[in-house]
Amino acid sequence: MKFYGKSLSSPLMLGTAQYDSPAILSASVEAAQPGLVTVSLRRESAGLQAGQAFWSLVRDMGVPVLPNTAGCHGVREAVTTAQMAREVFDTDWVKLEVIGQGDLLQPDVFGLVEAARILTEDGFKVFPYTTEDLVVAERLLRAGCEVLMPWGAPIGSGRGLNNLFGLRALRAHFPEVPMVVDAGIGKPSHAVAAFELGYDAILINTAVAKAGDPVAMARAFRLACEVGQLAHLSDPIDERDMAVPSTPTLGRAMLDA
Amino acid sequence: MQIYVNDETRDITSDMLGVALDELGYGKTRIATAVDGTFVPASLRADHRLHEGARLEILAPMQGG
Repeated sequence: MKFYGKSLSSPLMLGTAQYDSPAILSASVEAAQPGLVTVSLRRESAGLQAGQAFWSLVRDMGVPVLPNTAGCHGVREAVTTAQMAREVFDTDWVKLEVIGQGDLLQPDVFGLVEAARILTEDGFKVFPYTTEDLVVAERLLRAGCEVLMPWGAPIGSGRGLNNLFGLRALRAHFPEVPMVVDAGIGKPSHAVAAFELGYDAILINTAVAKAGDPVAMARAFRLACEVGQLAHLSDPIDERDMAVPSTPTLGRAMLDA
Repeated sequence: MQIYVNDETRDITSDMLGVALDELGYGKTRIATAVDGTFVPASLRADHRLHEGARLEILAPMQGG
């Protein structure tokens, strides 16, 4: 699968936040072998220069970066943050977040569409963090997005795929659009489910960073992506309500008295 | 002249953004700047004039999800 004409080495997108140390982050990235890592922007102190140290760490990973506009609650703020990220990270890819509701970190889909239009017209390759709503998806595509990133569940919740019906419908409605399940994935089984639904990639962070053993969990997610993709390509059987014998009934012995 | 740098009050002698960043200790670090909420690209910093009380945001790479 290509995203804006570019193939990634893995369908796993891994966030870089919340790790207990830079060493654990690096080891987790090595174990996950992600296709890209997500990064952000924060205020820099001239004295501490923490950002420069982090940039050095990311550069050494040798993995493409996807900057985000995390924490932005308005269109103007998100657009300005994206512009600043493009310059700092030297990429026109951006994970666009416009948050509308604080408790659930739910996207403000109206602001999202508006910001997406402004940014795509300015040459950005926008990865919009959205809901599974079909109408919003249509508006985002019309605004110039060539990728959709519906949430599985609220950010950091680890609930998995909250609305299987909605995610399945979205996938079916836009079969040619590259889609990433972003947010809410907590366990490798959730990742497998996303790929079985036909999603092209997943974006995770908390599930790895806050696991008891982040490095082992990073590896588990790498394997889950492989399992899920293979399962999807193998065309799983349809569910049905009633049992069907798997052993042939023809030639069955009649042994009852 | 007094401006706000990432919400902290700072005194600077030059009113040109490019020089002010050197003065503030940012030198050639990998940062992005915005003045009064508007992005100022690196290529325009040398010619961007700051005003008294300007709000300068200086952002750098950070962990993100």
